[in-house]
Amino acid sequence: MSGAPALEAVPHGRPALPYLDAVGMTGGYGAADILHGCNLSVAKGEIAVIVGPNGAGKSTAMKAVFGMLPLRGGQVTLGGVDITRLSPQERVYRGMGFVPQTHNVFTSMTVEENLEMGAFIREDDCTDTMEQVYHLFPVLRDKRHQAAGELSGGQRQQVAVGRALMTKPQLLMLDEPTAGVSPIVMDELFDRIIEVARTGISILMVEQNARQALAIADKGFVLVQGRNRFTDSGAALLANPEVRQSFLGG
Amino acid sequence: MDPLNALVVLANFVIVPAVAYGSQLALGALGVTLLFAVLRFANMAHGDTMAFGTMVTIFATWGLQAAGVSIAPLPTALLALPVGIAVTAALLYATDHMVYRFYRRHKVPSVILLIVSTGVMFVMNGLVRFLIGPGDQRFADGARFLITAREFETMTGLDEGLAIRSTQALTVVVAVVVVAWLFWFLNHTRTGKSMRAFSDNEDLALLSGINPERVVAVTWILVGALATIAGVLYGLDKSFMPFTYFQLLLPIFAAAIVGGLGSPVGAIAGGFVVAFSEVGVTYAFRKVADYLLPGNLEPPGLMQILATDYKFAVSFVILVIVLLFRPTGLFGGRAT
Repeated sequence: MSGAPALEAVPHGRPALPYLDAVGMTGGYGAADILHGCNLSVAKGEIAVIVGPNGAGKSTAMKAVFGMLPLRGGQVTLGGVDITRLSPQERVYRGMGFVPQTHNVFTSMTVEENLEMGAFIREDDCTDTMEQVYHLFPVLRDKRHQAAGELSGGQRQQVAVGRALMTKPQLLMLDEPTAGVSPIVMDELFDRIIEVARTGISILMVEQNARQALAIADKGFVLVQGRNRFTDSGAALLANPEVRQSFLGG
Repeated sequence: MDPLNALVVLANFVIVPAVAYGSQLALGALGVTLLFAVLRFANMAHGDTMAFGTMVTIFATWGLQAAGVSIAPLPTALLALPVGIAVTAALLYATDHMVYRFYRRHKVPSVILLIVSTGVMFVMNGLVRFLIGPGDQRFADGARFLITAREFETMTGLDEGLAIRSTQALTVVVAVVVVAWLFWFLNHTRTGKSMRAFSDNEDLALLSGINPERVVAVTWILVGALATIAGVLYGLDKSFMPFTYFQLLLPIFAAAIVGGLGSPVGAIAGGFVVAFSEVGVTYAFRKVADYLLPGNLEPPGLMQILATDYKFAVSFVILVIVLLFRPTGLFGGRAT
């Protein structure tokens, strides 16, 4: 652990035992480490948000959890199983879904084809899941034969989230899902994310819009320079004067 | 003024040959564009891949002919085609394993792959010349004509005849069937869609669990099939000579780039644009003009823009114009 203030590991009376548990992640792309003993954890059906200033390693921490960054130290477990050495593809098979920040849809393919590709690893019939996605994002049903590249930014994000949901993941990871969309669309997306979490799927997301994201979060991680600075429930972080002062603009 | 005869002359010397040639180029360009879409490099060895596939088909044709097998009036080569496709696909797959895969793993820029494919081109070229020789081979048998000029004249009572060779008709029919199948495959099968997904966004395809090696293998097989079919149709229509096939690379690349590299529809359109330009620019329009203009306005010359010796200049000019003014091609492929 770094020199972060003593914190309770589990927010407000929730049952412990996180579904995803990343402990002491250390690593980077080149010689220099970006993450220094970073910890992240999410319980079943919980929304966890990673916030922090630019260059804090938020997206890097997310990539490390997904196996896109070689770790020099630390361990990642999913449902109690050590997945530290698995490739991203193998993690998809284990129940992780990842929505990258950019280039997260097949632009030349229709919305429906995007969802079909999301379900590529599944051998069974995926029409039920597709129906659930259309139920969650009704606008996608209307546009299902339209190329994803022709949709608006907010609709594209819906396609991206829908694509990741097609594998029926247990853990959905979102890298700045609201980047570049209007505040109204952002609220709408957050509502949908809450809905997804209610179905029992754990959510781990990185967000620039820290205040709004923490408001819906069960748990928040404030990262600074690749280290955990604060970890608490979303509400507690929003109420914490130090966090407000330094990271939420007063 | 005799527009009907003018039209027949035009059809006989420009439209029919250009449609057949355009179909052959379109099939060739489809192979180039498909490979570019998935593996992201322009395959310099495509002309010689066509030569290799045609050579294997010719060997198989000779074998069938020696065994007395015939599907007259259709050419025997049509029966030998699956053998050519299978051997060519196997060769391409082996080449990928031995050569391209190494560079793919090292994530080299596509210009390196282009140079590598040039090396593969020389090897294939040598292989074909070694096995069948550099000379001209004619392997078309079966009926020569669907309709001869004489038959057309007696049928219609016109002064001019319109001849349609059976190989020309065969080319168009086979091209239509192949293209229809290819589009169905790409748009309606799981494997075809995964190829498009991989071509669209490689990283996201990996995240979706699409196996890149499988996509690459299927692509090489399709490229082998398209190249062999294009080569055999061209060889039936004209004749087979390894050097001619190497030269076909230019019009095929022009076709693929005119349509937009990576766009299958573009490759087909590009094939016809190049074929009609090449045939149109090198055809002497004197006879057509004779029929259309009043007697006293008879043109003094042949009305031929370019001698047929320079037909490759046409592809080259098209290529330059497209790259200057619309580098992504008519159907918006990737910039080259």
